[in-house]
Amino acid sequence: MKFNFSLFTFNLQNMSILIDSNTRVIVQGITGRDGGFHASKMKAYGTHMVGGTSPGKAGEFADGIPVFNTVRDAVAETGADTSVIFVPAPFAKDAMMEAADAGIKLIVTITEGVPTLDVIEAYHYIRRKGAHLIGPNCPGLISPEKSLVGIMPSMIFKQGGTGVISRSGTLTYEVVYNLTQKGIGQSTAVGVGGDPVVGLYFIELLEMFEKDPETDSIVLIGEIGGDAEERAAAYIREHITKPVAVFIAGQQAPPGKQMGHAGAIISSGSGTAAEKIAAFEAAGVPVAKEPSQIPELLKRRR
Amino acid sequence: MKIHEYQAKELFATYGIPVDRSIVCRSVEDAVKAYSQLDSQKVIVKAQVHTGGRGKAGGVRLANGEVELRKHAAAILGMDIKGFTVDRILVGQAINIEKEYYVSYVIDRKSKSAILMSSKEGGMDIEEVARTSPEKIHKIEIDPSTGMPDYLAREAAFKLFDDIKQVRQAAVILQKLYKLFMSTDASLAEINPLVLTKEGEIMAIDAKMTFDDNALFRHPKIATLNEPTEEEKKEQNAKNKGFSYVNLGGEIGCMVNGAGLAMATMDLIKLYGGNPANFLDIGGSSNPTKVIEAMKLLLSDQNVKVVLINIFGGITRCDDVAKGLLEAIKQIKTAIPVVIRLTGTNEKEGRALLQGSGLHVAETMGEATEKAVSMCHPMCQ
Repeated sequence: MKFNFSLFTFNLQNMSILIDSNTRVIVQGITGRDGGFHASKMKAYGTHMVGGTSPGKAGEFADGIPVFNTVRDAVAETGADTSVIFVPAPFAKDAMMEAADAGIKLIVTITEGVPTLDVIEAYHYIRRKGAHLIGPNCPGLISPEKSLVGIMPSMIFKQGGTGVISRSGTLTYEVVYNLTQKGIGQSTAVGVGGDPVVGLYFIELLEMFEKDPETDSIVLIGEIGGDAEERAAAYIREHITKPVAVFIAGQQAPPGKQMGHAGAIISSGSGTAAEKIAAFEAAGVPVAKEPSQIPELLKRRR
Repeated sequence: MKIHEYQAKELFATYGIPVDRSIVCRSVEDAVKAYSQLDSQKVIVKAQVHTGGRGKAGGVRLANGEVELRKHAAAILGMDIKGFTVDRILVGQAINIEKEYYVSYVIDRKSKSAILMSSKEGGMDIEEVARTSPEKIHKIEIDPSTGMPDYLAREAAFKLFDDIKQVRQAAVILQKLYKLFMSTDASLAEINPLVLTKEGEIMAIDAKMTFDDNALFRHPKIATLNEPTEEEKKEQNAKNKGFSYVNLGGEIGCMVNGAGLAMATMDLIKLYGGNPANFLDIGGSSNPTKVIEAMKLLLSDQNVKVVLINIFGGITRCDDVAKGLLEAIKQIKTAIPVVIRLTGTNEKEGRALLQGSGLHVAETMGEATEKAVSMCHPMCQ
């Protein structure tokens, strides 16, 4: 198979964050129900789908996308640099490590229910290989009109200058829908995942959006559990010059109860929405009372 | 998932971590028998419940002699501690304590690793120590590829002990506890306190462990120790049907797809002056049976006066939800008003299906919530 390596060179001036029209994507678990369905959706959106893996099914095609036995084969044949993982939770760690070992640079794990210690092991391995992890338990990411890597409903997005970072799936769609309705497009929207331990998070992504010339403002959607929002608030105060608007979900969540996401839990009185909102307000970052207020808050800050 | 102290101590013992001798009892007679087996004049009697603060609640008492033991066992068994009824006590030999320490392994979200936390301020509420004197808590991040090698365990033990003999004992305990933590997919393995006895021995006289629910599939033995409360059983039932459900006690029942949107919906109900009855995330797929099950679950709560459905169709198709809902209404004849907001994939088809159904259809989340709250108002005083 012929392959033009010049496609590989990233043009940093012309990039949204993490993915763009040059991104070459494979799906691990492409012959599964979800993997197959979303591979087709991504392809239809215009994502450069170059392959998929399913051990023992090399030579087959899924919606015209070639299937390989291993990620190493897929990378060698197609020059893939990004992988979306749909394999079941018990096998997700292995899939993440396989991708990193084969030279994949961006690993997006959609799978929900992956054991935390598996994520920790895979995360450290991926970092050592010089790659990035997004997820698990996430909807993936999209740079509108360039590339969709994940399961987001593409029709609500519009190309533009707002970077979106979120711990949630459908709440991201709600916010994006409100942005798009008000004519505010998105540079890249990233769902970081709802588990206690996931890959790229608020601070790394804030840094990328700050550096990205295509991004002029940022929306951050947080929720109860952990203290990542508090750390993000401090980081924004010190390092972010672009306008930021925030929404935090879970003000009515009772302590000690997991609210759907494994990571959304108030433990020992910490991780409450009130603490997070206070942290952003103290950093001078406006917090929306409801998702529909976000466009207005961004405009006000411009 | 939580387990009891006595169960955690059994795991400790299996992994070679020294623990005090103790016997779990379900009756005063059991306790008397245990007392004779322990062969110790003074024993400690401890309530076994899935909550903290049992000491303050009077659930931990020292007994000197059999008469006192009977008295304490009888008092603690059946006691209510933060809503948990004590049905088991742990009777253990009293230890001559020289000094108490704190040791635990937990998952740290920030460093994305397991960390060892330790302190010389053992036996106290560690969160209180963390608040008032954080410098007294030592944290070591553990690289999963190297784990807890001898040097690191020693380094950690030197933070607590000066005497090299004690450092060596403690280092071994730290390594064993790490092994237990990792091989059982724990999310917490805590010894509070780890004690130095007057005889110079180091042992765990309390033990607390919780486990990662997502990893229980590979720990069937630990999974059998699960003792859900009535409320947790309801949540578990919902989970088996593919839902996440938490009761919140209000009057507006909500059904939402996605955890974040479900949280935002209950927050919005409150913001608009209502009270959410629950958190209910019906997940990504939208097969009609699931919607029917979700409606049944919502309506099984007697407090619910109005139902608010908020669907953002991505993978979920709005027409599927509408079909399920119509079927549900047919099956469960209810007078409770239903407000529904459908946006996203196939929203027009979905809304068309609901025409003439008697359901209150709204376009935005704000509009739907406002409607639900105002309908609830006359009934929800």
